[in-house]
Amino acid sequence: MRLALIVLLPLLGAWLPGLLVRTGRNACALAAGIPTVLSLALLLTHIPELPHGVVVSSFPWAPQLGLTLSFRLDGLGFLFAALILSIGLLITLYARFYLSNKDRSGNFFTYLLLFQAAMLGIAISENLLLLVIFWELTSLASFLLIGFWSWLEEGRRGALMALAVTGAGGLALIAAVLLLGTITGSYELSVVLQQREQVQESPWYPVLLTLVLIGCFTKSAQFPFHFWLPRAMAAPTPISAYLHSATMVKAGVFLLARLWPILAGTSAWFYAVTTTGLVTMCLGAIVAILKDDLKALLAYSTVSHLGIMTMLLGLGTPAAALIAMLHLLNHALFKAALFLTAGIVDHETGLRDVRRLGGLWRWMPWTGCAALLAVAANAGLPPLGGFISKELIVEQALHTPWLESEWVVPAVLGVSAAFSMAYSLRFFCGVFLGRPRWVDQSHVAGAHHAPQHHPHDPDWGLLFPPVLLAAGALAIGIWPQTLVEPLIGWAAIAVTGDHAAAESVHLQLWHGFSPALYFSVGALGIGVILYSLSGLVRTIGLAVLRFDFGRAFDLTLSAATRGTRWFVTWTHNGSLQRYVLVTLVGFCALGGAACAQAVYEPGARPLLPVAPPAVVGWILVIGVCLATIVFYRQRLTSLITVNVIGLIASIAFIYLSAPDLALTQIAVEVVTVILILLAMYFLPKESPRESSYWRLIRDGGLALVIGAALGWMSWSVMTRDFVSIAGYYVQESKPAGGGANVVNVILVDFRGFDTFNEIMVLGIAALGIYALLDGAMHGPAASRLDTWKPDLPQSPDRHPSLLIVPTRIMLPLALMVGAYIFLRGHNFPGGGFVAGLIVTIALIMQYMVSGYDWANRRISINYHAWIGWGIWLAAGAGIGAMVMNYPFLKNAHHHFHSIWLGDFELASAVVFDAGVLLCVVGAVMLALANLSRLGRRAYKAARRAGEQGHTDVLTPTVVED
Amino acid sequence: MEWIIASAIGLITATGVFLLLRPRTFPVILGLVVLTYSVNLFVFAMGRLAVDAPAVISESRESYTDPLPQALVLTAIVISFGTTAFVVVLALRAFLESGNDHVDLIPLESDAAEDVL
Repeated sequence: MRLALIVLLPLLGAWLPGLLVRTGRNACALAAGIPTVLSLALLLTHIPELPHGVVVSSFPWAPQLGLTLSFRLDGLGFLFAALILSIGLLITLYARFYLSNKDRSGNFFTYLLLFQAAMLGIAISENLLLLVIFWELTSLASFLLIGFWSWLEEGRRGALMALAVTGAGGLALIAAVLLLGTITGSYELSVVLQQREQVQESPWYPVLLTLVLIGCFTKSAQFPFHFWLPRAMAAPTPISAYLHSATMVKAGVFLLARLWPILAGTSAWFYAVTTTGLVTMCLGAIVAILKDDLKALLAYSTVSHLGIMTMLLGLGTPAAALIAMLHLLNHALFKAALFLTAGIVDHETGLRDVRRLGGLWRWMPWTGCAALLAVAANAGLPPLGGFISKELIVEQALHTPWLESEWVVPAVLGVSAAFSMAYSLRFFCGVFLGRPRWVDQSHVAGAHHAPQHHPHDPDWGLLFPPVLLAAGALAIGIWPQTLVEPLIGWAAIAVTGDHAAAESVHLQLWHGFSPALYFSVGALGIGVILYSLSGLVRTIGLAVLRFDFGRAFDLTLSAATRGTRWFVTWTHNGSLQRYVLVTLVGFCALGGAACAQAVYEPGARPLLPVAPPAVVGWILVIGVCLATIVFYRQRLTSLITVNVIGLIASIAFIYLSAPDLALTQIAVEVVTVILILLAMYFLPKESPRESSYWRLIRDGGLALVIGAALGWMSWSVMTRDFVSIAGYYVQESKPAGGGANVVNVILVDFRGFDTFNEIMVLGIAALGIYALLDGAMHGPAASRLDTWKPDLPQSPDRHPSLLIVPTRIMLPLALMVGAYIFLRGHNFPGGGFVAGLIVTIALIMQYMVSGYDWANRRISINYHAWIGWGIWLAAGAGIGAMVMNYPFLKNAHHHFHSIWLGDFELASAVVFDAGVLLCVVGAVMLALANLSRLGRRAYKAARRAGEQGHTDVLTPTVVED
Repeated sequence: MEWIIASAIGLITATGVFLLLRPRTFPVILGLVVLTYSVNLFVFAMGRLAVDAPAVISESRESYTDPLPQALVLTAIVISFGTTAFVVVLALRAFLESGNDHVDLIPLESDAAEDVL
């Protein structure tokens, strides 16, 4: 639990500054500082356990995914976590004084703590999936912090670029971790790290290595992904110091070290990692001297030093890994100090351009001292910590052949060491020595930024952190064995597991006159010469190194955006017609792909004999389908042909032992036709001829393909035998469901929940229809109705008695039939749904024949309420079963004997079915009655117009034969 | 018998797909109705074909057809009725609002009517 708290304290504490946002910088900084101090204290309590190995504590989170909240603390994690927390504390202090009153300090410190927690999570995660989560969190926190001054365009762009690059790397890392989990069978580091042979012998090793390296190199700004780091310098300087030099960018190096035991040691690892490190190191050092902006210079310097660490880890020897750990610590100290002094210079003078600064030493001696120490450590001068690590690095480099040539690694290292010296000199001399150049360059553009007063050393809060860090860099150089040797030793053992190697390296300032010493002295001397020729060097460098990776990234990104936009507008052009086409073609492609892999074997099921009536029906279907396609533009004709298809389907259902389906299909058919006819009254009666021939052929072809596919599928299925669960339903229908009609029992009992949802859909559809039609009573739709001119001939006799008399006689009969169908449904074909439709048809006939007003006066049904009651009744039948401790919608039935009705069975399903009936009647009547409301409105408007003599639509017109 | 049903399903599907790809709402709705028929027949056919064996328990009958696809199709008929009704009214409302019954609301007068693809 103590381990988890190290991460949780900053994570939970992150809320505090945000809540205190109105109380000012002091409270916010304090709120950020307290969790950091507590967390650091907790971390330090673990020191006694470190020499003994690894501490693990684990809580389950999503164990079925292999994701556990497990943390481990070893030397590596401790080194990293200690850096994060101690530098974090200094940064908090610094930021308190660096931010102005206008900045939203609350947000700043919240982001900072969030970042800190995520970083700590990376450092002490035991579970790799957990590590990836924290890894992504650092990218997000970095995004928020780089873009903290959101009004700066470069800040927003830099934030986006950093997120895009590190986020892409994060994706690669997720894949890598999943792959690693598959290879090793676990996501827990203590298991994974034991399986070096399995990982390196796995055929996936090259893929795994590539993915891990993409993740690490993007995070640690290695070539060719280094470009995001200089752009991230738009962040406030404490952030640059903390995230983009001391901690976050080292996460990649950290992970390389973390996975070093299982990945390192192969030649693929050596060449990929060392070479990348060498290129990055050299490129960073050279580009640094070309930069005039202090922060850009330091950013490239950071890139260069990250390259050194990567290169060291790439060597794959335990000694090199130890030196990498030492350099990681050294660099964190001196580079953070450098950034913070650059921030002070910026804060006091408003200038960051080396060409315009100078002579600050006399006003800012303390800042100058800190900068001097830090810059000396950066260049690798004695007696600083940087010197120790550099000597060891050179020692390693002199013994490392690269592609069998001994000189490549030392040469590249020498070049970058010389350039490091040169840009370090440029940084220090340019800022602190010489004359203040902003005075005599006041004609240069931007001169209004020149300081109005003499700069001076800042408040202690700004000065203390860099001075302390620089002093630390000095102390490491003087007392390396007491201060850092145990710490580095533990870290190295955690990385390599090699106690002997860790103990064989002795950190000391003076190694005697060794080749490494001559090498560095030579490199430093060349560096001084380079600095003295810096005008020439910079001219050549600027001329040669013109390729801007950041710009290339921007161009790629905008090209990708344009490409995506083009693709989206091309595929999603707003045409529903096209979407249908694309969807259908997509289905064909998917189905085709599936079929391509399948092997077809003819089925063995004996076929049914062909009955002559079936052939007649078949010919009829062919006829009406063709007619539908040919006459699709004549809407009434096509409606009729379509309904013929439906009728033939009903007959097929009867013939093929599905009487319930046939009944329902016929009833639905009738209601659908009435509905479409009512709607058609307002719609054009003919579709315009607008599809070109080639399009008709294309659509026809697609239709044939899909039809053939479905027909073939049906054929393939029907000619095969199968095992069905039908036996259960048939067997249990009577004893458990109390009904002989199995289909009905399935509907109201076995699968009653389906039916319950089905009537809800029906009710919702009806309410939707009501809303659509009610809305048509206002706005453009209403005005179109009010000026409606019927486009069909009107009958002189709107309500012919010839129809009225039989319909009214039929009403009670139809209702009786409905009741009969309803009651027998459980045992014979029929049921609530069909009965509902029959009742509806009986009612709607009255509306059609006698007119809306006449019918509406006599049928006073609140259809909305019927839908609601229907659903409640059905639900009630279900809940009733639950009250009796049965599952929802369980049917109960009992056998009755009555003198008049004889023996009959009464099941609770009748209640459910009654609910279905009510809902169906309510829904269908609501839809139809509201459709006819539209008609009445148009009719009345036409009549008003007719009375005013504008039109004679109501005067009988001759009905054409 | 099976080939009759299978070919009918194919033909009805083809008719439905063809109508579905038309530019005006009314044929599209009819296409949906036709597709409903074919899909219902298809699902029904998954229970295999049987003559004179309705799933109504009776002592005089020995074999019964598979009732489960029938129950599913029954639900499907009802649901598709609800959605068809809704789409019909939706098309009507769209036409009343815009005076245009193209699925993409492209008026006939526009030359662009055919050029969207």
